[in-house]
Amino acid sequence: MNRTEGDVVARPAAPVQTSVADRPEHSAASPLSVHAMTVAYRRKPVLWDVDYDAPANRLIAIVGPNGAGKSTLIKACLGVVPRASGEVVFWGETYRRARQRVGYVPQRESVDWDFPVSVLDVVCMGRYRRIGWCRPVSRAHKEAARACLDRVGLADLASRQISQLSGGQQQRVFLARALAQEADLYFMDEPFAGVDAATERSIVGVLRELRSAGKTVVVVHHDLQTVSEYFDDVMLLNMRIVAAGPVSQVFTRQNLQRTYGGRLTLLSEAAEAIARGSAD
Amino acid sequence: MPRFAHISTVPAQSLPTFGEVLDTLTFRAGFNASVVVGGTTLLGVAAGIIGVFTLLRRRSLTSDALSHATLPGVAGAFLAASFLGLDAKSLPLLLAGATLTGALGVASIQAMLRWTRLHEDAAIGIVLSVFFAVGVVLLSVVQKSAPAGSAGLATFIYGNAATLRIPDVVAMGGLAAAAMIGAGLFFKELRLICFNDGFARVDGWRVSLLDGVLLGLVLLVTVAGLQAVGLIMVVALLIVPAVSARLWTERLGVLVLLAGVLGGLSGYAGSSISALLPNKPAGAVIVLTAGSFFVISLICAPSRGMLASSVRFARLRLRIAGDHLLEAAFDASAVHLSRRTLRDIARERVWAFWLRPLVTLSLGLQGLAKTKRHGLDITPEGARRGQRVSRNHALWEQYLISYADVAPSHVDWSVDQVEHVLSDELIAELEARLLERGAPVPLAEVTR
Repeated sequence: MNRTEGDVVARPAAPVQTSVADRPEHSAASPLSVHAMTVAYRRKPVLWDVDYDAPANRLIAIVGPNGAGKSTLIKACLGVVPRASGEVVFWGETYRRARQRVGYVPQRESVDWDFPVSVLDVVCMGRYRRIGWCRPVSRAHKEAARACLDRVGLADLASRQISQLSGGQQQRVFLARALAQEADLYFMDEPFAGVDAATERSIVGVLRELRSAGKTVVVVHHDLQTVSEYFDDVMLLNMRIVAAGPVSQVFTRQNLQRTYGGRLTLLSEAAEAIARGSAD
Repeated sequence: MPRFAHISTVPAQSLPTFGEVLDTLTFRAGFNASVVVGGTTLLGVAAGIIGVFTLLRRRSLTSDALSHATLPGVAGAFLAASFLGLDAKSLPLLLAGATLTGALGVASIQAMLRWTRLHEDAAIGIVLSVFFAVGVVLLSVVQKSAPAGSAGLATFIYGNAATLRIPDVVAMGGLAAAAMIGAGLFFKELRLICFNDGFARVDGWRVSLLDGVLLGLVLLVTVAGLQAVGLIMVVALLIVPAVSARLWTERLGVLVLLAGVLGGLSGYAGSSISALLPNKPAGAVIVLTAGSFFVISLICAPSRGMLASSVRFARLRLRIAGDHLLEAAFDASAVHLSRRTLRDIARERVWAFWLRPLVTLSLGLQGLAKTKRHGLDITPEGARRGQRVSRNHALWEQYLISYADVAPSHVDWSVDQVEHVLSDELIAELEARLLERGAPVPLAEVTR
């Protein structure tokens, strides 16, 4: 009879018409609000009960050990990986409606770089949604793409075959494609993984440009040493959010220990990074 | 022996005359031959174009499973029609059955990938073999109940281009047109999902819809090709022209055009050859023609072909050996290398016996050295190159020691691998970074 108490849904069901953004803990001005999100691959939960409100106009790093669900978090927000439960809204709207304002940099290894397209062709893909179905890429869109290539320092390689690029150049091409999307919120999946020093500098420059243009960027990051140098905010993730907020408050030895557990080598690296960060 | 007696009764074939060849190639060798040549050409064009996207989307094997999965449909349609008292040999009916089970086969693969932990290759293997086995069993039932029909159905396995009629040619023409229009209209969308489907999905494109359209076109090509080429070989028309064309170009637009042309040429030349040589099955000859285009492409294609890449490798090897020689000369501050020194360098570098004369020849051709009777004279240009190589070598060594955590004892080994690959740009950066860190930059600035 009285089934509601013993129901399998532990969380009290929210009234259907209320979107997450209207709840007190989430702000409608936030570019990204994740509420009670759980993601599972097959039977194994990967992320669990994630609640997060991204502050606008900040560079946000997601850090955590391997298998912590960093990439999965991004993919679940963007609807590439199905959510087992929870809700994600962008400026208080569903992803479908906010999509035009969201840009994405997938992992570099997720594609076959021996593909018959040129560098400019790939960057133009960022313009496709503006162009729409069945219409060719106009000269104006090509020029816009070329300008984005210039911002990552690859203007000279526009007509180069993508198979001839180095790993760092490939990463910059993906970044240029995201710039061509002209979004307000960007998700970047490991853009710094295995890139050369010149590329790292270029990406950091672009991130800062984006911030001064009022954009928000969420970056999956693996290098604890550079977190405080490159980012404003950090989310420490290990299946659930351990801590999230401004780097100066959240990126502490104690939180890192709670995120990484007993992995001492990582911890000593992080301690070093924190020491360097506080010296700045 | 008596079982094969009929072979010896076939009259010795005479080679076709030039006039016959010309007539066939120009559609003047009789109405039926023209229908066959025209139909298979159009089929080849359609398959070539669609095959490019199938290849790039990594669906080539799925299309193979699809073609095998059409057999139970053909046999099943025949049985169902004779049971219902319809015309069991009606071609549209049989092809409708083929389409149905072909689609069912692809759907089974998708379902297995989605709901089980099977990998794609295993799912494809299961569908291909099980559907084909069902087809073979159904064919044996047909054979018992209606022996006259089974002979007709068996042609769907290996194909029989001679059975093509005008409506078939019209259908293949329509298919070729659909392939061209579809590739033109959805060119940018197909390029996007083939290159990066994850990005396409996030960007809001209906990837599964596009995939469905592509697989639908593959299904139509397969069913259209059943009659002429047969279900075992029709997949070759999708894969082979696309792969051959890929060897020649790095541009998707050119790739699509070229694959269409190669597919059409395979159909045209293959069916013409089989028309000229009686008893040669057109399907197999078409596939062999496509295969020979592939072999030619594999060997001759620039940059991706075997000839080009072995020439490139040989040149790289010569360049590395030449650089070693010039570096040795520079390090010894020698402008003249005696035959004995040359022999020592060759021994130290473990050159094959034929490499030394080739190296000196190539250095001579580049103006970096001159062969004299008593040995080798290094030209001023050769000396500069030796200096530059030696400097790269030292710079890289410094870089590895100061930057990367490479045990210094391992450094020399890696140096010899990479010094020939360093670009001028990287060298300049290395030099700047080393100066910045106060690490000693080896050697004086080179005058270039």
